[in-house]
Parts: sequence; C-alpha cells; structure tokens
Amino acid sequence: MGRILVLAEHNTGTLDTVTRELLAAAARLGEPAVVLLTGPGAGPALAGQLAGWGVTDVYLAESTYAGTRLTTPAVAALEAAVRLARAAGAEVSGVLIAGTIDGREVAARLCVRLTAGLISDAVDARLRDGVIVATVPVLGGAYTVEAVAKGLAVVTVRPHSIVADGIPGSVPDRDVPGGTVTAPIRLEIDAELERGRGAEIVAVHPRPASGIRPGLTEASVVVSGGRGLGSDEGFGLAGDLADLFGGAVGASRAAVEAGLCEPGLQVGQTGATVTPELYIALGISGAIQHRAGMQGAGTIIAVNKDADAPIFAVADFGVVGDVFTVVPQLIEAVVAHRAAAG
Amino acid sequence: MNIVVLVKQVPDTYGERTLREDGRIDRERGTPALDEIDERALEVALRLRETAGGEVTVLTMGPPEAVVALRKALAMGADRAVHVCDEALAGSDALQTAAVLAAAVRATAAPGAATFDLVVAGNESTDGRTAAVPAMLAERLGLPQLTFLGSVAVDAGIVTGLRITPEGTTELCAALPAVISVTEGSAQPRFPNFKGIMSARSKPLTTLTLADLADHGLVEAEAGGANSWSLVCTVTARPARAGGTVISDDGTGGSRIAAFLAAANLI
Ligand SMILES: Cc1cc2nc3c(=O)[nH]c(=O)nc-3n(C[C@H](O)[C@H](O)[C@H](O)COP(=O)(O)OP(=O)(O)OC[C@H]3O[C@@H](n4cnc5c(N)ncnc54)[C@H](O)[C@@H]3O)c2cc1C
Repeated sequence: MGRILVLAEHNTGTLDTVTRELLAAAARLGEPAVVLLTGPGAGPALAGQLAGWGVTDVYLAESTYAGTRLTTPAVAALEAAVRLARAAGAEVSGVLIAGTIDGREVAARLCVRLTAGLISDAVDARLRDGVIVATVPVLGGAYTVEAVAKGLAVVTVRPHSIVADGIPGSVPDRDVPGGTVTAPIRLEIDAELERGRGAEIVAVHPRPASGIRPGLTEASVVVSGGRGLGSDEGFGLAGDLADLFGGAVGASRAAVEAGLCEPGLQVGQTGATVTPELYIALGISGAIQHRAGMQGAGTIIAVNKDADAPIFAVADFGVVGDVFTVVPQLIEAVVAHRAAAG
Repeated sequence: MNIVVLVKQVPDTYGERTLREDGRIDRERGTPALDEIDERALEVALRLRETAGGEVTVLTMGPPEAVVALRKALAMGADRAVHVCDEALAGSDALQTAAVLAAAVRATAAPGAATFDLVVAGNESTDGRTAAVPAMLAERLGLPQLTFLGSVAVDAGIVTGLRITPEGTTELCAALPAVISVTEGSAQPRFPNFKGIMSARSKPLTTLTLADLADHGLVEAEAGGANSWSLVCTVTARPARAGGTVISDDGTGGSRIAAFLAAANLI
C-alpha cells in the first residue's frame, strides 16, 4: 500500500475537523502521513494533537512564510514531503487536501511541480484494484463521475463529505496502541520561498461567524431568499425562518446583486452547491443556474407569487403566494406544532 | 501595461448541459457562449488598460468554434486575439491545458510581439469549476497568483487585490508580472457596441497549433485526452427531480407548508 499524504488544516492553534475527514479517507487508501505547515514554534503543539488522533507520521515545516505568502508555502511543504518520502523508498500514491479555495490552489500548483493528476472536489475516495478512485459530483451534482489519476493522485476533498468513523482519528484524544507520534520529520522550505513565487498576504479579515448559524454547505436546513424578498428587511424573513430550524441562510444571485446579503451566501452554479435535508426557497424564480446548486436537496419547499416560476418544477411542495403573508404564518404554525408536540 | 486575458467557450448556462460517457461536457448540445466570468475578467483588463495604457490580448485554447468567443471579446474592446486550436488538444485536462496556455502566453511575449505584465482569468469556469488553471498557469510561468479577487488595482508595477473566499477576505499584493483571477463580484461586463463589433473584424486574430508552441516549451506528445493525467472512468446522471404538489395560497398556505413538513418529519 502506498503512502497517502494529508495536508493538515488548522486555525489559531487547533486542527480543523476537515483534517480528520482527510485522515479517514487516507486510512482507506494507504498508509497516512500528515504534512503540517505552521509558523515558527507552532509545530510541536499541533503535532501533539495529531498524536492524540493516532497519527504516527508527521512531516513538519515551520516557516515565517506560513500565513504571509499565498499558496506557495503549502506547495513547498508538500513537495518536500513527497520527495523525502520517495527518497526513503516509499511509494507516494496520493495527496489529500481540503477542497477549500486555498486547498484547491495548493493542489493545482503541486500537480505542476510533481506532474501529477488533479482530482478536484471529491466527496469520496476508495481503493479499487490498488488504484485510488474518487467520486466527484459535476455540473452542480447533475452527474456523478468516478475519476482516477495516472500515477500520483492529488485529490481535493469537499469538507463535510467524508464520515470520519472507524478509522484512527475518529476518536478524539484517545491513545491508539502504537500511536505515539514519532518526532516529526522536519522540512526546510524557506530557502525556496525566499525566491518568491507567492503573492504576499498583506492582511487577513476572517468572516465574522454568523452567530449561531451553521455554514451553508454543512447545514441540514437551508432557507434561501431571492430578489422577491425585495429589501434588507424582507431578507430578514429568510433568517427568521432559518433560525427556527437551526439552519443556514442562502440566497439567489439576484439577491446578492441587489445587495440584500453578502456574496458568500449565494447558492447555485457560481455559488455554493448545497445538499441539505430541507431547502426552502423564498421569492426565488428558480433559474437554471440557481437550481444547479440546490437540486440535490432532500426536500424542496418553494414560495413564489408567480405560478409559472420554474422553481415549482423541482419543489416537493410549493405555495403560490406572497412570502410576506405565507412565511409569517408558516413560522407561527411551526411554533404551534412544536408546542403541541411538547 | 500589456495584459493577457484567458477566455473559454462554454455551453451556455441557460441551456441544459450534459455530460458524455467519457466525462467530457457535450459541446454538440447546448449553445456555446463566452463564459460570463471571462467577460468580467476582460472588463477588469479593459479598465486597467484605460488607466495604464498598453494592450489587451485575449487567449483561448479550444475547438474552431471558440473563435466566436474571441470575436465577442474583440468586440468588447480587446486589441488582439490568440486562438490555440489543434485537434490533438481535445480532452486535455487542467494540467495539460495550463501547459498549453503557459506556452501560448510565452509565445505572445515572443520577439516582435507585445510582452505581458499581467494575466487575467475568471476565478473558475462555469462548466469545470475546478479553479485550477490560473494557479497551474502561475506555477508554470514561475509567477505569483492573486486569485479570487473581488477588486484589483495596479500601481507602480505592483498589483494589489482583495481575495474573497467563504472564509473571509485577504489583501494580497505582488510585483508584476503576475497571474490574477477575478470573481463574479469584480466587474459588470460592458456590452459590445456597434463600433466595437465593426472594428473587431479588422483586429488581429492569430491561430496557433501545437507545433507553433513547441518553441515555447510545450512537449507535443503530452497533449490531448489520451495522455491526460486525470481521467473519468464512470459517469452517472442524477435522476431528474419530479415536481410535487403546488397549491395557491387561499389564506392557509403557511399552515399547509407546516403540515407538509410535519408529515415528512421535518419539523
Ligand atoms: C453564468 C451565470 C451564473 C449564474 N449563477 C447563479 C447562481 O449561482 N445562483 C443564482 O441564484 N443565480 C445565478 N445566476 C442568475 C440566474 O440566471 C437568475 O438571474 C437568478 O437566479 C435570479 O434570482 P431570483 O430568483 O432571486 O430573481 P428573479 O428571477 O427576479 O425572481 C424573483 C422571484 O420572486 C418572486 N416574487 C417577487 N415578489 C414576491 C413576493 N412578495 N412573494 C413571493 N414571490 C415573490 C417573483 O415572482 C420571481 O419569481 C447566474 C447567471 C449566469 C448567466
């Protein structure tokens, strides 16, 4: 079985859950090892967290460029780890990277350096006849393809799509037998980064957490508002309904363009692809580009005052009516139902 | 400042888009169009040209029909167009495409032609959505990439921009030359006007084959689907969604939705 390198994602000193998802996938594909890139001095603590997950092999690059150069530090760390593993006689068969925007670009540049095949946005990966086969939804999920790479496969994995159970790493902070981390293998990458092929990160402004709401792509309920909500205030209706379900708020592109909400909420072909259990579309016509991002939802509810709106063609239940009367009544009825159910 | 804008002909998103058994987009079906995101990339480039001067070259790799996308870009205001067109390129993956585009960008900087300071692309094509090509191209050219920019400025040989991702915004900067990609929010593309359409006919449009690019670092034998580094082995279409119940609000619409959700155990 080949070596599978996982690029650890971490934030303010803590490993992200996606790292565990990547490890879960890696454990099915070969022998996992983690590549960890941190600022100077931050490595050992994170390596310790990885040990708690049962990870035994860690390649650590501590660099002043981590966080100050875009993409290239992670590419350099991965490249160095692949070369080191190969030099030690291992066959590296896969590199798994979180399918965030940053991660996708790290994968892209790495593929050029290593002449490796890129498989982007996988939701699953398995070993079949010794070959890594990734499952990838395309055209907004209208199709699912299985993809393979010639030689080394560099795979970006969509966050929240791999269930991390039954693998080392699925149990938090447990001592896995034999799972004490050996000292991380140090990678030197600064000299190369010195030559500068990375854009400089001048400042980072993280998106403020939207209160208690879950992220758009991980929520089990998404309530989206369209141009039909008309105003900021009207758009608040989508938020009210979402909060009732502990769900996320989404939007159509027209709502984003009208400034009713921030661009990050856009669902559709050029926005997020969501697959919640329940999707509620308020004042959204259901243009093909919007449908491309939400047709994989379990149940779709639509409220629109135009009976001919295409959204109704994909809705399990639709109401032709005014959102400003239908939605408040819906909220009341849900509250009443829950009260009655105790 | 000389700018190369990468453009791509894609199936119009307003039509049904289908995937063939080999995992490639069915380009026979669906009307081809200049990808909207590339119109925005071109708009960004045209605005930069307005302040900094220089030339805007649009570059595509694609089948003969892709010339339509180039004509539209010329009509919008690009100065010249380069079309990499060769049957042997069909089925190329992102890695191969980036190699071809890198060679073509270098070719546009060949002696006698304009050199380039900036490459501008859309952040992700509406068909592939892998967002790989701009980063791969930057790596091939040995340049920094400033991608997913919602806004861009160039001043005194430095490009700055605001990168917009779901995680937040990041201020980036790099010395030229550089590769950038822009998001949907970056610019509203202009419509070609009559004058633009007329003048587009006399603007230079160069076609390059693989052989033409051999001098610019491209290995011919590596092109095309048969040599690609990633391949699709199976394709499954999601069953079409059937519509459900649609009622007219008679004053009980909200309650009826709640009843539907309750019956489906969704409340
Ligand atoms: C390349 C490309 C990519 C695109 N990507 C996306 C994408 O990712 N996501 C996306 O959403 N769109 C996308 N679009 C845009 C898409 O084509 C539509 O323009 C957009 O989805 C329309 O948004 P909307 O439904 O909110 O607005 P509209 O189409 O204007 O619909 C508003 C709806 O609200 C209804 N309405 C108005 N008032 C009320 C009321 N009081 N009560 C009930 N109903 C009411 C109207 O009947 C109407 O159906 C893309 C387009 C292109 C060309």
